[in-house]
Amino acid sequence: MKTIVVFGAASAIAQASARLWAEEKPRFVLIDRSVDRLKIVAEDLRTRGATDVKTITTDLSLLEKHEDIVQQIHTTPVAIYLVAYGTLGNQKAGEKDFAVARQELTTNFISVASLLTEIINDLSIKKATSPTTIAVISSVAGDRGRQSNYIYGTAKAALTSWLSGLRNRLVKEHPHIHIVTIKPGQVDTPMTADFKKGLLWAKPEDVARDIVHAIHKKRDVTYTPWFWRYIMLIIKLIPERIFKRLTL
Amino acid sequence: MSNSSWGNYLPPNQSVHPLLWRTDDLPTSRPLLAFGMGRSYGDVALNEDGTSISTRFLNHFISFNPETGLLRCEAGVSLGEILKFITPKGWFLPVTPGTKFVSLGGAIANDVHGKNHHRAGSFGAYVTQFELLRSNGRITCSSQQNTELFKATIGGLGLTGLITWAEIQLKKAPSRLLAAEATKTEDLTQTIELLTASLPAFEYVIASLDSSARGRKTGRGIVLRGNHLPEEERDNSQEKKYYRPPKFTVPITLPVSLLNSFTIKIFNTLYFYRQIVTKKKYVTHYEPFFYPQDAIGYWNRLYGRNGFLQYQCQVTTEKSGETLHTILQEVAAAGFASPITTLKPLGKKNTPALLSFPRPGFTLAMDFPHAGEKLLNLFQKLDDVVLKAGGSLYPAKDAHMSPAMFRHSYPEAAEFKKYIDPAFSSSFWKRVTKNT
Ligand SMILES: Cc1cc2nc3c(=O)[nH]c(=O)nc-3n(C[C@H](O)[C@H](O)[C@H](O)COP(=O)(O)OP(=O)(O)OC[C@H]3O[C@@H](n4cnc5c(N)ncnc54)[C@H](O)[C@@H]3O)c2cc1C
Ligand SMILES: NC(=O)c1ccc[n+]([C@@H]2O[C@H](COP(=O)([O-])OP(=O)(O)OC[C@H]3O[C@@H](n4cnc5c(N)ncnc54)[C@H](OP(=O)(O)O)[C@@H]3O)[C@@H](O)[C@H]2O)c1
Repeated sequence: MKTIVVFGAASAIAQASARLWAEEKPRFVLIDRSVDRLKIVAEDLRTRGATDVKTITTDLSLLEKHEDIVQQIHTTPVAIYLVAYGTLGNQKAGEKDFAVARQELTTNFISVASLLTEIINDLSIKKATSPTTIAVISSVAGDRGRQSNYIYGTAKAALTSWLSGLRNRLVKEHPHIHIVTIKPGQVDTPMTADFKKGLLWAKPEDVARDIVHAIHKKRDVTYTPWFWRYIMLIIKLIPERIFKRLTL
Repeated sequence: MSNSSWGNYLPPNQSVHPLLWRTDDLPTSRPLLAFGMGRSYGDVALNEDGTSISTRFLNHFISFNPETGLLRCEAGVSLGEILKFITPKGWFLPVTPGTKFVSLGGAIANDVHGKNHHRAGSFGAYVTQFELLRSNGRITCSSQQNTELFKATIGGLGLTGLITWAEIQLKKAPSRLLAAEATKTEDLTQTIELLTASLPAFEYVIASLDSSARGRKTGRGIVLRGNHLPEEERDNSQEKKYYRPPKFTVPITLPVSLLNSFTIKIFNTLYFYRQIVTKKKYVTHYEPFFYPQDAIGYWNRLYGRNGFLQYQCQVTTEKSGETLHTILQEVAAAGFASPITTLKPLGKKNTPALLSFPRPGFTLAMDFPHAGEKLLNLFQKLDDVVLKAGGSLYPAKDAHMSPAMFRHSYPEAAEFKKYIDPAFSSSFWKRVTKNT
C-alpha cells in the first residue's frame, strides 16, 4: 500500500490533491497545526477511500521538532511527500517589524529546508532505495520580488533555489529521490480569501490536478495553471529600471 | 466569486465572507446569509446591505455507510460531487433538481424538487439531520431533536441560520444508466394527458414545451420519461459510450444578450423538430437525462449584463389545463418566448418543511431575458392568473413577487417568522415582507 505524507494537510491545495489520491486507497500521514481541522480532513479522506489516515498536529516552523516528526513518519517507505504549508503573512507589518518578516521567512523557507534535510538524511541513513517523490509548493511570487509581497516572495525564491540545487545534487547521490517544484499562480484558497478574484484565478482542484500529474510524470518544475509560465516569463523580462516603477 | 445570482444580478453593498471551516464562528457583521453555488435565479441567495457567507470551503465528506446509504457531508458539497462519489457504489440521489451544480445546503434551504416529485416528494424528505450555526450557537436538528428548527430550516431560504453539515438518505440505483422515452405531443391537452398517464409506470417525468407555438399548437412539446435500469442491465463499464463530460464554459458575462426573441424562436423550433419521430426510446447516462443544461458551463452568461428572469409557478391539479393555457397565451400575446420551458407534475407534500413550494398539480418554468418594465408587466398579469387559480411562485426563481402575493400563497410564513435567526436576512425576505 502506498504511503503519502502531506505537510500542511489542511491547505486547500493539499486537500484537493489528497482527494485525488484517496481514490487509490493509500495510507496518509497528515501534518498541520490545528487538531480540529486535521480531524475534518482525515474524516474526509477516509470517507473518500483512504485505507488509513494518521495525523500529527504540530507547528512546523519549530525546527527542533523536525527530527522527531520525520522519525514518526519513516516507519514505512513513503511514495510521495507533499510540502504544502505556508503563510502569506502581512507584508506591511513585516516592513515595520523584522520579527514578523523573520517568522514569514522561517515558515515559508527555513523550516521547509530543515524538513527536507531531515528527510533526506534519514533516507540516507536507512539506505532507502524505493522510489520516492518530494513535491514542494513554491510560488510564482518567488520568480521576481514585488513591493506588494516581497517577504513571502523572497522566501519562495529561496525555496525554489534550494529545490533546484537539491535536485541537481540528488540526481547522482540518490537517483531514486525525485524533487518536483510546484509554482502556482493565484488560487482561491483560505490564504487568499480576502482578495478580489478575477479571470486568472484558479480553483484548488485545478492546481491539484496539475500537481498529481507533475508527480506522476516526474516533472522537475511545473507552473500551474500552465499560462503562469508565460506571464512570469514576461514579468522577468521587464527591465528593472521600468519594473521598479510598477505597482504589481 | 462575487456571490451574484444565477440571473446575473449582484446587489449593491453586499460584502462577501467565506466560512473557511465548519468549526469557525459566524462573522460579527449583520445581517448574514449563507451563499451556496448561486444557482437560485432571483434574490433568495442575495443579501443587499449585508454579508454573504460563501460555503465553498465547506466541501468535506464526513461519513458514508455503504450498507444503509446514509451520507453525511458539509453543506458546501455539490450534488455533482455527491453523485461522483455514490454512483459507482450503486447509490443515487433520492431527489435532484435540473442542475448538479447545487450545494447540499442550497438544496435543503429551497427544499428542491426533481422530475420524480410524484413519487419521491422534495429533497427535505430525505434529510435525516443537520447542524445549524445560529448567532446564539450551534445545534443539531432532526425529526427528534430541535424539531421546530428542523422543519423551519428545510425550505427556510437560509433565514434560520447556516447549515454546516447535513445527513441524507440516498436511494439504491445499481446502474448509472436509465431507460428513457421521448414522445412528441401536439398540444397542451396531449402534453398534460401524457404526463399524467406516465406517473404510475415512470419514476421520472418532465415535458419541455415549445414556447414559440401559437394557437392550437400552444403547449406542444416533448415529454421525457425514464426509469433507472435494473441491476442485471447495469453495465457501468460502458459509461463512456453514453457520456463524455462537456468541456465548454462561457468565460465571461456578455455585454449584450445572445438570447433575444428572434433567436429564442429559432431555438425552440429547432428543439421541437430535432426529434423527427413521434416516439424515441433510448438508453442514457444520468448526466444528459437529468442535467441537459449543465452541458455548457455558466450558460447564464449568454444572457448578458442585463441578466434574465425565470418565472416558475405551481398550479393546482383541478384547473391546471385551463390555467396553463392562459399563462402560455399571455406570454405569446406579450411577444415573449422562453428558450427553455418545462412542465413537471407535482405530487403530494411529503417533506417536513414548514415553507415549501411544491403542492399537488403542475409546475411550469420559463426563462426570459430581462426586458425591464415590459417583462414585469407580463409577470404581473401572470401573477393574477396564478393567484386566482390558487397557485404560488417558487422563491428559488423569484425576483418580483409582491408582499401581498407572498402572504397569500405562503400562509405558513406567519409561523415561519418565529424561527428566523435575528442576525440573518436576505434581499428576498426584505422584499416580500416590505411594509408588513
Ligand atoms: C439550470 C437550473 C435548473 C434548476 N432546476 C431545478 C429543479 O428542477 N428543481 C428545483 O427545485 N430547483 C431547480 N433549480 C434551482 C436550484 O436547485 C435552487 O435554486 C438551489 O437552491 C440552488 O442551490 P445553491 O447551492 O446554488 O444555493 P444558492 O442559490 O446559493 O442559495 C439558495 C438558498 O439557500 C440558502 N443556503 C445556501 N447554503 C446554505 C447553508 N449552508 N445553510 C443555510 N442556507 C443555505 C441561501 O441562503 C439561499 O436562500 C435549478 C437551477 C438551475 C440553475
Ligand atoms: N493560494 C494561492 O494563491 C497560492 C499561490 C501560490 C502558492 N501558494 C502556496 O501553496 C501552498 C498551499 O497554500 P493554500 O493556498 O492551500 O493555503 P491554505 O489553505 O491557507 O493552507 C496553508 C496551510 O498551512 C498551514 N500552516 C501554516 N503555517 C504552518 C506551520 N507553521 N505549521 C503547520 N502548518 C502551517 C496552515 O494552517 P493555518 O490555517 O493554521 O495557518 C494551513 O492549513 C502554500 O505553500 C502557499 O504558499 C498558494
